[in-house]
Amino acid sequence: MALRDNDFGTPPSQSDKLVTLEIDGFSVTVPEGTSVLRAAASIGIQIPKLCATDSLEPFGSCRLCLVQIEGGRGLPASCTTPVAEGMKVCTQNERLAKVRRGVMELYISDHPLDCLTCSANGNCELQDMAGAVGLREVRYGYEGENHLKAEKDTSNPYFAFDPAKCIVCSRCVRACEEVQGTFALTLDGRGFDSKVSPGQNQAFMESECVSCGACVQACPTATLMEKSVIEKGQPEHSIVTTCAYCGVGCSFKAEMKGAEVVRMVPNQDGHANHGHSCVKGRFAFGYATHKDRITTPMIRKSINDPWQVVSWEEAINYAASEFKRIQAQYGRYSVGALTSSRCTNEETYLVQKLVRAAFGNNNVDTCARVCHSPTGYGLKQTLGESAGTQTFDSVMKADVIMVIGANPTDGHPVFGSMMKRRIREGAKLIVADPRDIDLVRSAHVKADYHLKLRPGTNVALINALAHVIVTEGLSNDAFALERCETASYEKWKSFVSEERNSPEASESVTGVPPATVRAAARLYATGGNAAIYYGLGVTEHSQGSTTVIGIANLAMATGNIGREGVGVNPLRGQNNVQGSCDMGSFPHEFPGYRHVSDFETRAQFESAWGVTLESEPGLRIPNMFGAALDGSFKGLYCEGEDIAQSDPDTQHVHAALRAMECVVVQDLFLNETAKFAHVFLPGASFLEKNGTFTNAERRISPVRKVMPPLAGYEDWEVTQLLSNALGYPMNYSHPSEIMDEIARLVPTFTGVSFAKLDELGSVQWPCNEKAPIGTPTMHIDQFVRGKGRFMLTEYVPTQERTSSRYPLILTTGRILSQYNVGAQTRRTMNSVWHSEDRLEIHPHDAEQRGIKDGDWVGIKSRSGETVLRATLTERVQPGVVYTTFHFPESGANVITTDNSDWATNCPEYKVTAVQVTKVSGPSEWQRRYQEFSEEQLALLEQRTSATG
Amino acid sequence: MNIENLVKMANDIGNFFNAEPDRSVAIHGIADHIRRFWDPRMRKAIIAHHREGGIGLSELPRAAVAELADETVSLKESGDG
Repeated sequence: MALRDNDFGTPPSQSDKLVTLEIDGFSVTVPEGTSVLRAAASIGIQIPKLCATDSLEPFGSCRLCLVQIEGGRGLPASCTTPVAEGMKVCTQNERLAKVRRGVMELYISDHPLDCLTCSANGNCELQDMAGAVGLREVRYGYEGENHLKAEKDTSNPYFAFDPAKCIVCSRCVRACEEVQGTFALTLDGRGFDSKVSPGQNQAFMESECVSCGACVQACPTATLMEKSVIEKGQPEHSIVTTCAYCGVGCSFKAEMKGAEVVRMVPNQDGHANHGHSCVKGRFAFGYATHKDRITTPMIRKSINDPWQVVSWEEAINYAASEFKRIQAQYGRYSVGALTSSRCTNEETYLVQKLVRAAFGNNNVDTCARVCHSPTGYGLKQTLGESAGTQTFDSVMKADVIMVIGANPTDGHPVFGSMMKRRIREGAKLIVADPRDIDLVRSAHVKADYHLKLRPGTNVALINALAHVIVTEGLSNDAFALERCETASYEKWKSFVSEERNSPEASESVTGVPPATVRAAARLYATGGNAAIYYGLGVTEHSQGSTTVIGIANLAMATGNIGREGVGVNPLRGQNNVQGSCDMGSFPHEFPGYRHVSDFETRAQFESAWGVTLESEPGLRIPNMFGAALDGSFKGLYCEGEDIAQSDPDTQHVHAALRAMECVVVQDLFLNETAKFAHVFLPGASFLEKNGTFTNAERRISPVRKVMPPLAGYEDWEVTQLLSNALGYPMNYSHPSEIMDEIARLVPTFTGVSFAKLDELGSVQWPCNEKAPIGTPTMHIDQFVRGKGRFMLTEYVPTQERTSSRYPLILTTGRILSQYNVGAQTRRTMNSVWHSEDRLEIHPHDAEQRGIKDGDWVGIKSRSGETVLRATLTERVQPGVVYTTFHFPESGANVITTDNSDWATNCPEYKVTAVQVTKVSGPSEWQRRYQEFSEEQLALLEQRTSATG
Repeated sequence: MNIENLVKMANDIGNFFNAEPDRSVAIHGIADHIRRFWDPRMRKAIIAHHREGGIGLSELPRAAVAELADETVSLKESGDG
């Protein structure tokens, strides 16, 4: 694929009205509002330009894109001049050439002439323009004042800022504002003194910069340049693939030199990200070639033994023989598997197929269990489909945005930027969150209402919002009565109208002033297109499913579903949460969300797979732990997931893993779970394999191999080898064949194929005969289940209560620079921003305990105790403390409890009663963990080959 | 399976269905949820616990487990290969 995209100079116009004009004698018809620059580019006429690029609004400062318009005065900038009917434009003549050369001469007179050794050599717009305008001499010497000795800023780990090369085109400043919405860069000074300034004339790392890379992307010279390009040189080819981090699923061009990634550049044609990126996807890919990668299979009898390096054949045969032995000894249901949201659709599909067809049971689960399983349940029950209803782009048509229990600027940064753009355009914002997340107040963004509720009271708040909407007559009865089950609607209205659900009655529970709840409810119901976005702050509660149901109720009652700009939008945590659920990795469902007890579905899979399938649901992740401890579950195949770190009540999880006789881990690194494993099968990073990911908007996007797998096999091949060794044959030669099988078996995927993804770039399911190019918006004319179903959502307080011993509530979350358990991002320079998990505590609570910023504090719950350093901040309310969980030694999950969602067993990570005290050393668990971890790393170091 | 945990899970399900005014609908909803989402060994354990008195089970989950116990559907024996 071409390294450089066509740059049309200015963004496209959205107008439906067409205008015809003439450019250099050629007739061209474009939408009204299009710039002359873009119109010319659309017929292949490239007008020289520097400050213009099609990802940014026109600025008109560089004076290179001047044109002459018949009958017009002067030489207007073509980037800021809109087309007009009958306009006649000349882009090249002697007068224009002379002016352009003069402009370029001035630019070059203050620019180092080190082109041959410059990192942008061969990919520099300034260089290109010098050539385009025919610059042959620069009459002004370097004796005068210039910027050539301006100091370089290399503080950012991923890119350098060399102001000596800056032409002050302002593209970086505008990218930071328009694309990212951080406003970290400004143009400081006037005239000759003008310069790009991060923050208040600070270094990049000291400024508000979030290292999204938008400025680097926008820079036309080597002023802002990736350090990897400075080190390795310009890439020579590129391959489009999909990011392996969050649920936005950004499309990237992996820019390569041979089999080495030089840089990841966000794809302008990416349907989810439109050319934007965040610090993880853009820069944090170095883990793929980190020295910690294990690229040879290993086995051992006991977790106290050193690892033995073996061939693939030996490792696979050993794992298969152990699973067979365990099943022979303890029964068919004594083994199972876990797949991960970090796996591709095809890998996940194969793992669940292996479990159902080769193990002969339904003991398969995925890490969506511990994040968004309540979404699957709640939306299926109410709307009929376990998925979000919109595209990301839909937010640009929302008038009211309600964010509940999500932190998009940290967790889903590229979508967060889009949301902020819409808010800057005037959309109203309601935030329901216990913390002051960035959206509550940041540059040019301010929430109209912040419902700062107590952790664990989402359902009470949702009911209070519903109470206002119903009792004040703000519901859309016409929509609800036409589209939903009438009886369920009437019953729900009666329920939420009860006085106990009013904002006044629930204030004592939620802590949110009733007037604020009423105002927010009125805005949501009457403010135009209203869209709800939610995250793990909704799902990871004992009433996670109830809140999801309550959110769907709100959308149905107000008619905010079934068109653009509205809807129910779960923000999925990891890249393939949606896909892993779609692919049947839950123990009660086949691919396509069909229950294992359904005779017809089972018969279809039995026929396709040639085996008899189990009709009873299998064990979920927490049930597997319970069964391991009671002795009925003995063997686990775990692909791409790190349950020993990510799952709650760590000591319970570790005990369960120790109780198993065969744990097989397939991963990139010896992760925390692998320290309890008996077989290690090396995994392949997203750069080393083919497949697809499905993002939070149901968008299936291609994952493409840009380098050979370091361990020799893609992950789907390893699962296939294991299945064959277990005696159930699989004979796929490429993941496209796996997708073809999925398309044959899953009604919402019948139109999906690798060929279609190559053609369209991506596609949103359902994609079938009815919707051959996919379904951007769901439930347009009717709900998937037919009539929408309202369900009653009684608030039930969590059993995790504060007391005099545990007076504070701990809630957990994530941070921009790190990802999930940190296995990937901890092995990149992203740790510069976040090198440890810290405990956020309100200054009032800290003062009561004699805690100062940076102190080591013990956090003790009913489950366990750990020690972190304290950060004093008013982001958290008094009585609430907060931490992240990206570092295993933090032991954040040592303190979380085994409480879980009533419907799905999704853990209640968000509410743990704790006490916090100042301490001087690590907790007993941390000491034991460190000892165990060091032992395991020593056993890895002592690994021997089969030949000795 | 840890019976205390299973009782807690059943009661949590019961708490959701408590809002349903029609008691029989609530009981059937709880039973159906357990039937559709619990592994047979978990159902077997909660039914056995119910037959031994069902200590800890709230009213509606108790009735739901009784409904499951009465079913003639044969549960797969866990661990029998």
